[in-house]
Amino acid sequence: MTDHVILHPENREPVEFTLALLDWLPWLEPPTEDALTERQRASLVDAARSKSAYFRLLARDPDILEARTRTDKDIFFNTSSGAPRAERELAAAATSRHNGCIYCASVHARHAITYSKRVEDVRRLLDVGVGADLGERWNAIVAASVALTATPIAFGSAQIARLRATGLDDAEIVDVINAAAFFNWANRLMLSLGEPAATAT
Amino acid sequence: MSKVDVIDFLAGLSADSPLALIRDRKPVTREHAQASYRALFEPADPGDDSLLERFAVACFVAGLHDQDEIAAFYRSGLARLAPTESFLQALSAEITAGRTTGPYGAYPKGPLSAEDVAGPVYTVSEANQAALGGRLSAAFAHVHMLVFHPRDASAAHLQKLLDAGWSNTGIVTLSQLVAFLAFQIRAVVGLRALAGVSA
Repeated sequence: MTDHVILHPENREPVEFTLALLDWLPWLEPPTEDALTERQRASLVDAARSKSAYFRLLARDPDILEARTRTDKDIFFNTSSGAPRAERELAAAATSRHNGCIYCASVHARHAITYSKRVEDVRRLLDVGVGADLGERWNAIVAASVALTATPIAFGSAQIARLRATGLDDAEIVDVINAAAFFNWANRLMLSLGEPAATAT
Repeated sequence: MSKVDVIDFLAGLSADSPLALIRDRKPVTREHAQASYRALFEPADPGDDSLLERFAVACFVAGLHDQDEIAAFYRSGLARLAPTESFLQALSAEITAGRTTGPYGAYPKGPLSAEDVAGPVYTVSEANQAALGGRLSAAFAHVHMLVFHPRDASAAHLQKLLDAGWSNTGIVTLSQLVAFLAFQIRAVVGLRALAGVSA
């Protein structure tokens, strides 16, 4: 057991928001793949996540990791009703942009592009920030995510009226709330347990 | 084990309300948001983070968000653990002292430095450190950073927790606790606001 954090003096952290695939380096020691217990392995939900230092580190507390992961996947992947995938990813990217999580923003900006094909709009969100003009429906989703991300929370009737005016119904608004709320969870883990790194090209 | 759905309860949604019915369409989200609450506040084995520490942190986080009803919910959880009066007074005083507005913080030096936002770096007052103890005093400083300026996080912050007696696994659980609450509080406030304009 270490009493010391792991430092990465050789790492050059990305200094801009980017669509590039990033790596992530932990500040606390994750269990090695071989050392994962049955319970920890199950808590990863996807077996492939045993390759990720981030998920192996979180597997130190498997019960909350598993519940977190299943919440995450259903908020974003369950399209049986509610907001389009692209708009959930937009809320995640906007939240990450506003909190300042370069790693999370890169992942969810790429997802937003995959589902919307709006490369230039997503790139502007990263480059300009949450004030970028992305068209009224996306602007309303970004503004709602930003208001919900503020502490104290600034989300209320004004943001809801704007979402409704641009065509979102209550089930879709609930998905935007959940997506932005969830990234206030994810950003804090990513930002505080390790640091992003450029991947070798 | 808590049978009440905590998010519905805190948002004031009755089981047959329109928003509870919308939530019912995504039973996996509902079930695992609740399972997350239970994993953190009704753990099978609290391990390295005592229940008193967990509920005290939750009171602090809800208080920093200025959410009285959510803070009262976690305070009732804390009350079941019989904290001393001086502990509760120190907790209340630190919530008041810690309140500010976020997110703020600095980016790694470079083009984003133009977006750096200055804000306070909080520590527990000397007067309240004795009542809260060394572990929780260190935790509260970290928790305040996670709530208001998470982009300032660094390895040095985790070293301070290790130095104060938190284990590696204990720090993971503490981080999950604060991060989960950042989610839960926003889900509750968002649903409550939506219910308020849907009547």
